[in-house]
Amino acid sequence: MGMPSLPVFGDGNLHIDEPFPDAAHRELGNTQMRANLRHATHTIRDKRLKVVGELPDWEELRDAGAATKNHVMANLPALLEEFEKNFTARGGVIHWARDSHEANKIVAQLIKEQETDEVVKVKSMATQEIGLNEYLEEQGISALETDLAELIVQLGHDKPSHILVPAIHKNRTEVRDIFLAEMPNVDPNLTDEPRLLAMAAREHLRRKFLAAKVAISGANFALADSGTLAVVESEGNGRMCLTLPETLITVMGIEKLLPGKEDLEVFMQLLPRSSTGERMNPYTSLWTGVTEGDGPQNVHLVMLDNGRTAALADKYGRTALNCIRCSACMNVCPVYERTGGHAYGSTYPGPIGAILTPLLTGIKSEENSSLPYASSLCGACYDACPVKINIPEILVHLRGEDVDSKRGKKKLPTQMDLMMKGAGWAFSSGKNLALLEKGLPLGKLAAGRDKKIKRLPGIAAGWTQSRDIPAPPSQSFRDWWKKEHQSPAKTEQEK
Amino acid sequence: MSAKEEILSRITSALRDAPTPEPVPREYRRTSDMPEAELIELLVDRIEDYKAHVDVVDSAQLAATIAERLKDATSFVVPHGINEDWLVEAAPANDARRRVDAPGAILSIPELDSTDAVLTSSAVSIAESGTIVLDGTPDQGRRAISLVPDHHVCVVPVSTIVRLLPEALPRMDITRPLTWISGPSATSDIELERVEGVHGPRQLDVIVVKGL
Ligand code: SF4
Repeated sequence: MGMPSLPVFGDGNLHIDEPFPDAAHRELGNTQMRANLRHATHTIRDKRLKVVGELPDWEELRDAGAATKNHVMANLPALLEEFEKNFTARGGVIHWARDSHEANKIVAQLIKEQETDEVVKVKSMATQEIGLNEYLEEQGISALETDLAELIVQLGHDKPSHILVPAIHKNRTEVRDIFLAEMPNVDPNLTDEPRLLAMAAREHLRRKFLAAKVAISGANFALADSGTLAVVESEGNGRMCLTLPETLITVMGIEKLLPGKEDLEVFMQLLPRSSTGERMNPYTSLWTGVTEGDGPQNVHLVMLDNGRTAALADKYGRTALNCIRCSACMNVCPVYERTGGHAYGSTYPGPIGAILTPLLTGIKSEENSSLPYASSLCGACYDACPVKINIPEILVHLRGEDVDSKRGKKKLPTQMDLMMKGAGWAFSSGKNLALLEKGLPLGKLAAGRDKKIKRLPGIAAGWTQSRDIPAPPSQSFRDWWKKEHQSPAKTEQEK
Repeated sequence: MSAKEEILSRITSALRDAPTPEPVPREYRRTSDMPEAELIELLVDRIEDYKAHVDVVDSAQLAATIAERLKDATSFVVPHGINEDWLVEAAPANDARRRVDAPGAILSIPELDSTDAVLTSSAVSIAESGTIVLDGTPDQGRRAISLVPDHHVCVVPVSTIVRLLPEALPRMDITRPLTWISGPSATSDIELERVEGVHGPRQLDVIVVKGL
């Protein structure tokens, strides 16, 4: 294979149109969305904690999950070959796609061979990433999203804002309004009760499922030693797509492999509890190529790179590929909760998006270089992640890359450099930090009467663009801690 | 270079630092030891939590229980390998309500859509998560029959219940088309609140059978 090649980055719905701070500033003005998000993320957090707490071996499962994924990434070529051999032996056909355009072309061609111009789709991040629906539309093929949330987004001419619940930014009343406006033959007296909204979706899609000739899916897992694919879902739209049409086309990133069936015992405990906060999701379908007399007889799989190999080449960032798209990190993220998913501008929002997107596209990709700053580094994402991706560490690594690349361009140390250097100095020793904290009362002067600092200078202005920061306390946390935690005896002495 | 060759070459290049990850630790629970009565109790509790109906019966009561669960169905599908003894009360062989799906004599999608219910057996069940696995063997049938009718009556022999997922996987033939079912179809897509009943069967009745 000769010389090591330079990483080849991905494209598609990964490039944000405006820097994160600008988008976040706009989204923060949407108070309805923020209220919806707050409600939804808090509901799911509580559910997740409850079902995770039921398992005495949750940490052991996380350890196994993380190690399995690291093993997969280190042995990817052999596992891909093994998977292809087994999937093909059972009658499936594999296609490889270097980037989104190649993948889109393959899928469109396969659909055209079936002489149809309408396909049903089960929710898939990979097809969202490559912009498949938009491409198919240009080709005169309509792709019908069948997952309830995807349907809400599609009917509302909107964009997904969450990887598991793409319409999380809409509340029930907004969903009803979309259905009333966009669903043909909908009952005009439809209320906003979620049950009735789900029934309306059932009515709307049922004929389509029963008549579809071609379905498109993603895959949650692929087992190398048997050639098996798995889709995890709730509504039964996945089963409809995977079972009834004659032709099934699956699009999957190359990182989704698992060595074998015993790995499912780990991941099928980690995934449902982390994503919807259920002990198990209602339906999981597994298929291995073609089964005579049961389900699609024309079965295809598109294996997608689109920047994944570039992410793999980053030895500090590659664990981002271990992600199983559970969405736990965004559900616990204080930044996501306030800005929502749209601010991230990419298919992948939230903490995972802040690292995965720039890893797939390259940090030099102008606007995406702002994503690694979309975090307060509080670490909640790392604690929630079922495969223990150290998101804060990768964020810091990518910030460093960004600073390096900008320094390369400007030849002068940037403000970020100086700040990082300053932070490095401050945090390198408790003494330095204490010294710095002595400056805190000065901050009080910078603040106005309302005790808020409205504008910070230079690059730090970004921080005050979307928020006023409360003036720093005249006493630092460390000082306060010291005072509060002195032993009574010592206090006596000091007196 | 073909796309495959190019992607594999990119991977090889990306891995030139030759990462050697630690071996996978499997310290989580892989075996358990739970008396049968507790296993049944756990499974029932978990399935009921998903808003499915559960009966626990002795094998002698099975035929009557099936008849009871199917009494409102004007028609129902059975896979060709279903145990005839199970049907003696619900619908003997010549009963007009029953429709048999068999290889070479499959029901069309519109026929399945006009059928009220389906009766199947199951391959293995996981008590801790309330999950029932169908594997397409002759007493469970092809996947479409347990999907299109709106009401699924599913028989779970007690001998097929295990406590943990790691105990269930060795019992599955992974290359068969598998469907893992945990309650009736549901969605959490509106405000992340769970609502039962979307595209899959909206009603799931489980019959756990002792002595089977
Ligand atoms: S990074 Fe971890 S927590 Fe976030 S979606 Fe991926 S697997 Fe889930």
